Amino acid sequence: MSVAEHISPAACPGCLAVPIAVKTVPPGPTGLMLSLPNVHCAACIGTIEAGLQAVPGVQSARVNLTLKRVSIAAAPGLTAAHLVAVLARIGHEAHEMDASALSETATDALGRDLLLRLAIAGFSMMNVMLLSVAVWSGAGDAARALFHSISAAIALPTVAFCGMPFFRSAWASLRARRLGMDVPISVAIVLATVVSLSETLQAGQIAWFDAAVTLTFFLLAGRYLDHRTRAAARSAAAVLSALEVPRAVQITANGQHLVNVADLAPGDLVLVHPGGRMPVDGVVTVGQSELDRAILTGETTPVFAGPGSLVAAGETNLTGPLTLRVSHAALNSSLHQMADLVAVAEAARGRYTALADRAAQIYVPVVHLLSVGAFATWLAITGDARLAINIAVAVLIITCPCGLGLAVPAVVTAASGRLFRKGLLIKSSTALERLASADVVVFDKTGTLTLGTPEAADLATHDPMDLAVALGLANGTSHPLARALSTAILAIGVTPAHISALAEVPGYGVRGVWQGQDVRLGRADWLGVKACDVTATHLQIGSTRAVTFPFSDRLRPGAEKAVAGLQSLGLQVIVMSGDAEAPVAALAEGLGIRHHEARLTPIEKAARIAALTAAGKLVLMVGDGLNDTAALAAAHVSVAPASALDAARTVSDMVLLGTDLAPIADAVRLARIAVQRMRQNFAISIAYNIIVVPFALVGLATPLMSAVAMSLSSLTVSLNAMRMK
Amino acid sequence: MDILFWLIPVSLILGALGLGAFVWTLKSKQYEDPTGDAARILLADWDHHPKPEPTQPRRP
Repeated sequence: MSVAEHISPAACPGCLAVPIAVKTVPPGPTGLMLSLPNVHCAACIGTIEAGLQAVPGVQSARVNLTLKRVSIAAAPGLTAAHLVAVLARIGHEAHEMDASALSETATDALGRDLLLRLAIAGFSMMNVMLLSVAVWSGAGDAARALFHSISAAIALPTVAFCGMPFFRSAWASLRARRLGMDVPISVAIVLATVVSLSETLQAGQIAWFDAAVTLTFFLLAGRYLDHRTRAAARSAAAVLSALEVPRAVQITANGQHLVNVADLAPGDLVLVHPGGRMPVDGVVTVGQSELDRAILTGETTPVFAGPGSLVAAGETNLTGPLTLRVSHAALNSSLHQMADLVAVAEAARGRYTALADRAAQIYVPVVHLLSVGAFATWLAITGDARLAINIAVAVLIITCPCGLGLAVPAVVTAASGRLFRKGLLIKSSTALERLASADVVVFDKTGTLTLGTPEAADLATHDPMDLAVALGLANGTSHPLARALSTAILAIGVTPAHISALAEVPGYGVRGVWQGQDVRLGRADWLGVKACDVTATHLQIGSTRAVTFPFSDRLRPGAEKAVAGLQSLGLQVIVMSGDAEAPVAALAEGLGIRHHEARLTPIEKAARIAALTAAGKLVLMVGDGLNDTAALAAAHVSVAPASALDAARTVSDMVLLGTDLAPIADAVRLARIAVQRMRQNFAISIAYNIIVVPFALVGLATPLMSAVAMSLSSLTVSLNAMRMK
Repeated sequence: MDILFWLIPVSLILGALGLGAFVWTLKSKQYEDPTGDAARILLADWDHHPKPEPTQPRRP
């Protein structure tokens, strides 16, 4: 303390603060990332990069057209909001992205690693194949020995390096005491290499180097396809999360600051503007407003909030600014509680065994028994251990699941690509298989079947004068109900009445004076009228009877098509909502859904799903809110729309990218076709095995036969996958 | 047949060169933005001289 006084000769406290301020500025440029949904051509790249470079403080800007985003290195003071405004001026829509949420580097590295191994395996395969062709066409003893040695020199390092992913995964599954597909793959590759090496050293007739390397190549191709599909889905999901930058306005002794939500501590004061989402759980200290709780509870009717009201993260503030004190409990207590529910639901769901694993469980013992049986029989008959081992290895190689390894990834890649173009993102690798088997669909109402935006209903029955006054009052506020009302009244051609002394009363409504009479538009309890059970707003002119304007929630586009499509596929459709009985029943009836349940808490929703599962049903859950999160996790398979809360999207197997619901029915249909293709692929691979295994068992199998069988089965399996319609 | 003793190594080396080139493009991250790289070739900005390296921070 005294040291600082000695160093600084400044006399005033303001000057003392200057060096400290300089020190707190982080050194070096900061990385910003903006999403550019509409960028599509070279000209866009040029204007965006030039436009950003022209901003003082921007050091570099680079557009990535594939990912539709731009990364910017900027001077510390520059904010993303400023750059978004700059881009808007040159005609490009941009959104800030949370760069820390896009930690794709690990998956990217894995993809590059697989591609590298695939390239090396491909190179070796071609060279070894060329040498093998010479051997098959009858190269003499010396030439054959030479070609085998060269093949060995190429194949040994290739198998050691490129086979690593299989060896590692096989080792992991053995340690977990499971028999995955990678165990027979690894055994076949290693045995083929070792036996061929020993045959080469003994100048033998047959070496299987080409088989070992080809097998590695084809299986790596399947592995790479699988990885790429999942990486694409994961990065698209990460982009959705990155677009929601968690920020809050903190009020401190020296003003308002924009801070990261993670930096808030209990007891801090936070300001939430109208239209904003509550960043944290808290207690209202100052202000009055109405809250939209739809995303948390499914209720569509806004609730009142004033000093002392408890608010939860995720609720939307509608009318007045609110100051919150961050509650003493954990920062995300409502989210946290939901996370516990999700964990319980996930534990109860039970593990789904992928089709490929089930196939492996049957296939592996059969093949290994055949191979061991062949070895024992030949040893007993001829007493020649070398011959017996050769035949056993031939059986293993020729039955090795080359087509089996490609059977599922090829189909999943083709199907995911088609679904992505329809606007559905597959996040989980077994989601398609689970989707195909679903027989009950449970929809959430608010935000899923409906858009969560209100629409004024039955306006034609009202007195035009009431409408004109309501319109005049509604124009004085930005409350979503008032805006919906004003849009609807304007649409039927009513002109607003002139209202004087227009004033908004946050949390209650809006008031004014019309032709000398007091007029009010707002909540039922404010006007002293009985609240009705649908979402509504009320108008009172003077002291006359209040007029009620009911609202209905607008249906999501494609909702009818999705429900009808799912029903025609034989699925039972159920609506489960946290909203009141009347709106849920009306919606279910309108969509032709026979079963509906209203007023469900999040726990009840998850319990209903569990009950359906216990009754032997496989449930497809479609939901968006925090109140659906546990149900999404409990269901057999789940879909969340892109507008859903991050937590709901995270637990879902699939994410619907557009606003349209119709792709869900298509997805179920496609998933069923995909599973059918997978089964066909397994059948094709097994058919090849059944044809060639007898040759191998009697000792007639040749490397040429194995090469032909392997290539043909891979080719047919891939082609079968690609004829996905 | 003696020619084989030359041709096999030569073909292997040529193949390895191609493989090496591919590995280099992979390591230098040339597959990050294939669509963008295809479009950038149409830009006329740096036709006459290469883009200067952004080593120096811009003066305000």
